[in-house]
Amino acid sequence: MKTRTIASALFVAAAAALAAGCSETPQDAALTAGKYQGKPDTHPWDGEAQVFAGAEFKRGDKGSWEAALKSRSQAQNEYVRIQQ
Amino acid sequence: MARMKFLCDAERCIECNGCVTACKQEHEVPWGVNRRRVVTMNDGVPGERSISVACMHCSDAPCMAVCPVDCFYRTEEGVVLHDKDICIGCGYCFYACPFGAPQFPQAGAFGMRGKMDKCTFCAGGPEKDGSEAEFRKYGRNRLAEGKLPACAEMCSTKALLGGDGDVVADIYRNRVLTRGKGAEVWGWGTAYGPGGKPQGAPSAAESKGK
Repeated sequence: MKTRTIASALFVAAAAALAAGCSETPQDAALTAGKYQGKPDTHPWDGEAQVFAGAEFKRGDKGSWEAALKSRSQAQNEYVRIQQ
Repeated sequence: MARMKFLCDAERCIECNGCVTACKQEHEVPWGVNRRRVVTMNDGVPGERSISVACMHCSDAPCMAVCPVDCFYRTEEGVVLHDKDICIGCGYCFYACPFGAPQFPQAGAFGMRGKMDKCTFCAGGPEKDGSEAEFRKYGRNRLAEGKLPACAEMCSTKALLGGDGDVVADIYRNRVLTRGKGAEVWGWGTAYGPGGKPQGAPSAAESKGK
């Protein structure tokens, strides 16, 4: 009687294992856009004044920084530099 | 503001490596790491062209896409930067980058690969601007100082232009119009010549005769 119970339990377990093999779970990796995990960075126009400051701009003012960089960029244009 | 971009004028680059030296000096880049380098096509052949190459700060950067620890970020000005505290030095970004921009310092007695290092457009990294930690990990933060990348500003022939993409394009357009050379100075034709034959390269018959 005991042997029969064990045998039937084994049979049920084996059948369950076999049945599990028939099922299929999705194995494709979900492609999700990564999110930056590091420390936050500050904008170059924010923060304290730098020791080796180049073009003058008002700290915290993005427009001022952009204008300063734009004017400095023109130093790369010798057609403008030579005419000055 | 548009995006920060580099543009190298192949007509002007004289392969002096001044940009490479300026970058090395400005950021105290360790031996074996080259954030910028000059590539010459058809070296030694009349009509050879050189271009200075570094991180192109791609708008859709492959390095960002493949990084398993997501250590990359793009600033508002379009500069691609990364956090070295998170980087594990796996090298995926190196394989993904079409320009070979990511560099890995050799660290330790067995030449272990260190954390990735690359051109920052002289914008530092995720540390306090101008701090010792920022300089040690990423180099100088020239953008926060109101300056442009050292390589572009140091270029003697002004072949390498850097800055706001719109301004750089304007300067280049003006230059092309003034010297009277247009589309052929940059692009596929210059690099590979018409019909896939490198410009200035000897023909098959010429090579045979040598």
